[in-house]
Amino acid sequence: MHTVHFPNKILPYLLLAPQIILTLVFFFWPASQAIYQSMFREDPFGLKSTFVGFANFSDVLSDPNYLHSFQVTIVFSVLTALVSMAVALLLATAADKVVRGPTFYRTLLIWPYAVAPAVAGMLWLFMFNPAMGTLAHLLRSTGFDWDPLLKGDQAMALIVVAAAWKQISYNFLFFVAGLQAIPKSLIEAAAIDGARGSRRFWTIIFPLLAPTTFFLLVVNTVYAFFDTFGIIHSVTGGGPAKATETLVYKVYNDGFVNLNLGSSAAQSVILMIIVIGLTAFQFRFVEKRVHYG
Amino acid sequence: MAQIVLNDVRKMYGNVEAIKGVSLEIGDGELVVLVGPSGCGKSTLLRMIAGLESISGGEISIGDRVVNELDPSERDIAMVFQNYALYPHMTVRQNLAYGLKNRKTPKDEIDRRIKQAAKALEIEQYLERKPRQLSGGQRQRVAMGRAIVREPAAYLFDEPLSNLDAKLRVQMRVEIKRLQRSLATTSVYVTHDQMEAMTLADRLVVLNAGRIDQVGTPIELYVRPATTFVATFIGSPSMNLLQIAKATDSWSMKADASVPSGTATLGIRPEDLHMITDVPGDEIFTASVKVVAVELVGAESYVHGSLADGSSIVFRVAGRSRMEMDDMVQIGARASDLHFFDANGVRLD
Repeated sequence: MHTVHFPNKILPYLLLAPQIILTLVFFFWPASQAIYQSMFREDPFGLKSTFVGFANFSDVLSDPNYLHSFQVTIVFSVLTALVSMAVALLLATAADKVVRGPTFYRTLLIWPYAVAPAVAGMLWLFMFNPAMGTLAHLLRSTGFDWDPLLKGDQAMALIVVAAAWKQISYNFLFFVAGLQAIPKSLIEAAAIDGARGSRRFWTIIFPLLAPTTFFLLVVNTVYAFFDTFGIIHSVTGGGPAKATETLVYKVYNDGFVNLNLGSSAAQSVILMIIVIGLTAFQFRFVEKRVHYG
Repeated sequence: MAQIVLNDVRKMYGNVEAIKGVSLEIGDGELVVLVGPSGCGKSTLLRMIAGLESISGGEISIGDRVVNELDPSERDIAMVFQNYALYPHMTVRQNLAYGLKNRKTPKDEIDRRIKQAAKALEIEQYLERKPRQLSGGQRQRVAMGRAIVREPAAYLFDEPLSNLDAKLRVQMRVEIKRLQRSLATTSVYVTHDQMEAMTLADRLVVLNAGRIDQVGTPIELYVRPATTFVATFIGSPSMNLLQIAKATDSWSMKADASVPSGTATLGIRPEDLHMITDVPGDEIFTASVKVVAVELVGAESYVHGSLADGSSIVFRVAGRSRMEMDDMVQIGARASDLHFFDANGVRLD
């Protein structure tokens, strides 16, 4: 790196200040507040709080509800990431073959990303609500006992589909770019080498997309963990019987509905640690199997 | 082992005809080089033989089969790409084995062929490496190896040496020639480098704007170029072309010279021009030239000069020339070294 010397000693700090202030105000301050709060317990009337050390953490970690929520989150995240990436990849490979008006199709496929999470949730709710949903009506008329308001696994399926649907556009964009970055001569060499259709895809194209897939895996996991609150809130509200209560949703529920601030803060600290750990793990172990260029 | 026959092959891109009816027979075991400037259609033609481009008209057959509608994998050809097109996520061994595995070749047969090819190409110690760990020259060898292990009916080379540095290119050129000789497999080789074309080819095919201008051995093309295009494309520096109409002002031909009727252009290679020092010899063509620049290339020098009418001419001088700028010299050429072309650039004799 080339070192730049500023004639003015204060100027470099001024130039860095906006970024540093943003990070401090919007990350370090809330994060430190969460850590601070997680050490206290509020009295039932919110009049005073008592320092309890790590008691909130031990309570949370031994709470069967929390462990259940943990399981729900894992199932939800894995399914959402898998569904959204698989469908996006399928669409991207199809769009890659479109000869006429490829930009038109691509633009259409990107639109869902512009839909706000809560609105996306409402859309799916309207379609699949057992009382008024059009598609729910069709499902029930085929004899399928569709009722996500009572059946936990169906509720889970509904939020997975809604969350994945919104993320497909994003994944699609990256997969299209990834596919276009594969040198055409490699595909031609594979064609001459006698690899066709699915064999060519799994032995040549998919391995070459690995950097893109890896990046999307990280992004989608973080998305499923954190950014799906709006969808869950509007579609199921964490129900039925907490069957779709993910960790993030539980943080909200315990903190703002049940007003158990200490426990909620402890949960968000745990969540923070989980995501840091998960991302570190992905970079440490999964990335080793990725070939760049 | 197969011959490749092209019969009036055409390629249309929309309304543009890129290949305008090419007919060519490539004999069994022959190395034919397609050469021409960029955009002449040589790569398109090769890719049509490979099956990577569709054929708009005419017929291509490899061996006894018409391959027009066949998938690239069914044409029994192997191709070496300009950028090597090695699979970056596979080791060298996997790269070599890939095409054989797809064809369900038995494992011990794959191992045997890889061993053989790796030995011939001296890449045995790199078999477990990934392509990115190899130098350009080594990648080139792997790309060749991938073609060889397939033991195809024909090899197709698409400018395989153009990404290598000059020294390595000469080395690989010799090696390709040697390999092709020992394997005796029909090969089609595309290049824009006339030096590469001359040294490699059994026969040269000069393409010009989607048409074949001339087919022949390198020496035939050099000695008797069929068109002014071939004349200027083969040989370096390229042949001097002089407009016959300007003869009287700038240069002259002896009265008894037998110039074919209809001659519009006179061609003389730089190496066939020489200086006339004292006594004129049997030169039939003479010109006085003002020296513009001298290029020393080692064993010989190329002198760039201008004639009285301003047109430029290049001639070769053995050894290091002591000529300076603005020197006036007399040069000449013998009757047997003159080439005559008509107004359309077609050879006359």
